[in-house]
Amino acid sequence: MMFDIEKVRADFPVLDQQLYGKPLVYLDNAATTQKPQCVIDAISHYYEADNANVHRGVHTLSERATAGYEGARKIIAGFFNARCEREVIFTRGATEAINLVASSWGGANVRAGDEVLITHMEHHSNIVPWQMLCEHVGATLKVVPINAQGELIMEAFEELLSERTRLVGVVHMSNALGTINPISTIIEKAHAVGAKVLVDGAQAAAHVAVDVQALDVDFYVTSAHKMYGPTGIGVLIAKESILKTMPPYQGGGDMIRVVTFDKTEFNDLPYKFEAGTPHISGAIGFGRAIEYIQSIGFDAIEKREKELLAYATAKAEVFDGLRQIGTAREKACVLSFVLDGVHPHDLGTILDREAVAIRAGHHCAMPVMDFFKVPATARASFSLYNTEAEVDALFAALKKAQEIFA
Amino acid sequence: MFELRDLYQQVIVDHNKSPRNFGKLENYNHEADGYNPLCGDRLHVYLNVNSDGLIEAVSFEGEGCAISVASASLMTEAVKGTPLSEFSAKFDMFQHMVTADLEEVPDEEVLGKLAVLSGVREFPSRIKCAVLCWHTLKSAVTDSDEVAKTE
Repeated sequence: MMFDIEKVRADFPVLDQQLYGKPLVYLDNAATTQKPQCVIDAISHYYEADNANVHRGVHTLSERATAGYEGARKIIAGFFNARCEREVIFTRGATEAINLVASSWGGANVRAGDEVLITHMEHHSNIVPWQMLCEHVGATLKVVPINAQGELIMEAFEELLSERTRLVGVVHMSNALGTINPISTIIEKAHAVGAKVLVDGAQAAAHVAVDVQALDVDFYVTSAHKMYGPTGIGVLIAKESILKTMPPYQGGGDMIRVVTFDKTEFNDLPYKFEAGTPHISGAIGFGRAIEYIQSIGFDAIEKREKELLAYATAKAEVFDGLRQIGTAREKACVLSFVLDGVHPHDLGTILDREAVAIRAGHHCAMPVMDFFKVPATARASFSLYNTEAEVDALFAALKKAQEIFA
Repeated sequence: MFELRDLYQQVIVDHNKSPRNFGKLENYNHEADGYNPLCGDRLHVYLNVNSDGLIEAVSFEGEGCAISVASASLMTEAVKGTPLSEFSAKFDMFQHMVTADLEEVPDEEVLGKLAVLSGVREFPSRIKCAVLCWHTLKSAVTDSDEVAKTE
């Protein structure tokens, strides 16, 4: 379909505002994306018309709430091509989903002497849960190195992979560098030695199509709020055959079938992993956000975002004193950089007064900062609603920052 | 409207570019680390207090944004040669200046050059950049082994 940028922008009410007398330029999409009106409306509608608890009541509102919540699960299962809805577990976000796997699957399957293999470009959320697990059970955490472009060194990955590797944890798309990793190859090679694979899709899922069956991935996690959906909701998509063998993560209501003081019988999938009243409106908003992505389509989204990144990269390459951090051949939507003589944190403040919102900091990826020997980077991250004029505004603001520090 | 230049005054730009009292002291009897994990600012301060209780020498090392480097540089100038017993009051005065209501005009006679940092009040997320060095110096003064933080 034709990509109508004005129409897309009109879908996002927050974009239509001024800061300090200038139009808002929102380039912090890797932190969180803005929400289209349809998502906002879906959440409002749920509270205005259908609010009730799910899976319990026999009354009409409860049935509506349950239909909305389970309908969202169905949309998500279809979007990621899960085998069935039982493979879709709602969580608070990608972070909780990783913790669920590390605690439940890891606790049952990773033993002293085993290894968990992650990469140097992981977000803290795909480092710390594995570190905690390894410390707890006496396993070893191994790390696949990266090269100067910010790509995984695949030869090193193959060398580190062994019969001792129980799980490979890898980010699909790096939030700090924009690198898109060859997860299909990684999954294939990991499976060859009998390791399971968890892919952190928090950053990728709004930018590239994901087919969990074609990938044969064991665990895929993501967060709604980076996909035009609300915060506080995310998903773990995992093979039913693995989920069946995993012990519950949290105990409580909804995840049980029968409770006595002697014994509890756990509920079926996916409810076994969804203790307590879930984030019902969040799930509904998530489902609507995915329908929004589907209405535009990944062909159009990828094409548009590639154009924008190419436009921004070309400007970055000729900008005096700018050094890009992360120049992988396969990357998306992220321009991470440092500017000679201007600390990223100062850049963040100066750009904000130009109404340009970027992220300055370590992007929850301190090992990446250590690798590139920078304390922090400035990061502009693009989304389908950004324009070339906004990229121009970014670079004009960078020029202004240089002038202040000249 | 508050302009960027009010935050990034020439004095601050200058102290960022050429920080005073930068580097390790040859002789010191107090030191401490400061770290702001949010922005990755790291500071180390060295302090030499003589037998009369006078801050004879003070210096800092580290990296950070312009506000944190300039603030550390200006702080060393402000405390060098002054009695250690006055530090606590200076600390409170600075802390007050950067968190005071916007209407409150900083007393330049008391604050001296430090007053140029009063602009951070307009930028709440940047206040901790300005105060990190003061917290670090406080740790050094009290010989605290803990890395100073601003929270």
